[in-house]
Amino acid sequence: MANTQSMCTSFMGQLLNGGHQFGTITLVSRTSLTAPTKDSFKAALYLASATINAATTVYTATGEVTGTGYTAGGIAVTNATVPTATNSSATAGVAYWTPSASLVYTTVTLATAFDTVLIYNSTQSNTAVSVHTFGSQTITAGTFTLTMPANGTTTALLRLATT
Amino acid sequence: MIVTTTKGEMDDSLLEMRQGSVDNEDELTTWTEYWLLDELVHRSVHVTLKKSPTFVGGETAIF
Repeated sequence: MANTQSMCTSFMGQLLNGGHQFGTITLVSRTSLTAPTKDSFKAALYLASATINAATTVYTATGEVTGTGYTAGGIAVTNATVPTATNSSATAGVAYWTPSASLVYTTVTLATAFDTVLIYNSTQSNTAVSVHTFGSQTITAGTFTLTMPANGTTTALLRLATT
Repeated sequence: MIVTTTKGEMDDSLLEMRQGSVDNEDELTTWTEYWLLDELVHRSVHVTLKKSPTFVGGETAIF
């Protein structure tokens, strides 16, 4: 046997579950320290002309779409599936999570082209989680549906991986 | 079928329907439009993400 250095895959999964705290951070209470509740997440749409990227730290209304039927801040993300952590070898693994339902913006008019959705934590002061882009769209008195990728090691919406 | 439009609810027999799609490695997108003469009165879009995009510096943690 030999030892191999790696970040433990189980640890990455625990990160997605908020199981480790290396530094101090101001949090909104999750009710119980030993059995905390899940945070709530939301999905906001952004104009193709906006600047939403890895440097985005918090939800912002700047550059967000506006239009009939759309509420600033977007819609709730359905989170019924807990994060998964899987080893692919002795040295590599991936922790991943995907919303458990499509994001559906029903009966909206979004006349200015948009191409981005921001996932953010609405429980923890609207802190940003991830940015996802798609082909630029407009909606006219219709519904915009964003169906999530398969919740797997290579396709999930959020993935933390070691190689 | 009744369609929600910018003119209110309308029967689709009064409208021209146009559909299209884009299928690439990142997404499958389909859209449905209804036109009243030369005016777009309804457009719905369904985007299916096929995979997580590559986050710059974020997908892989170097240990």
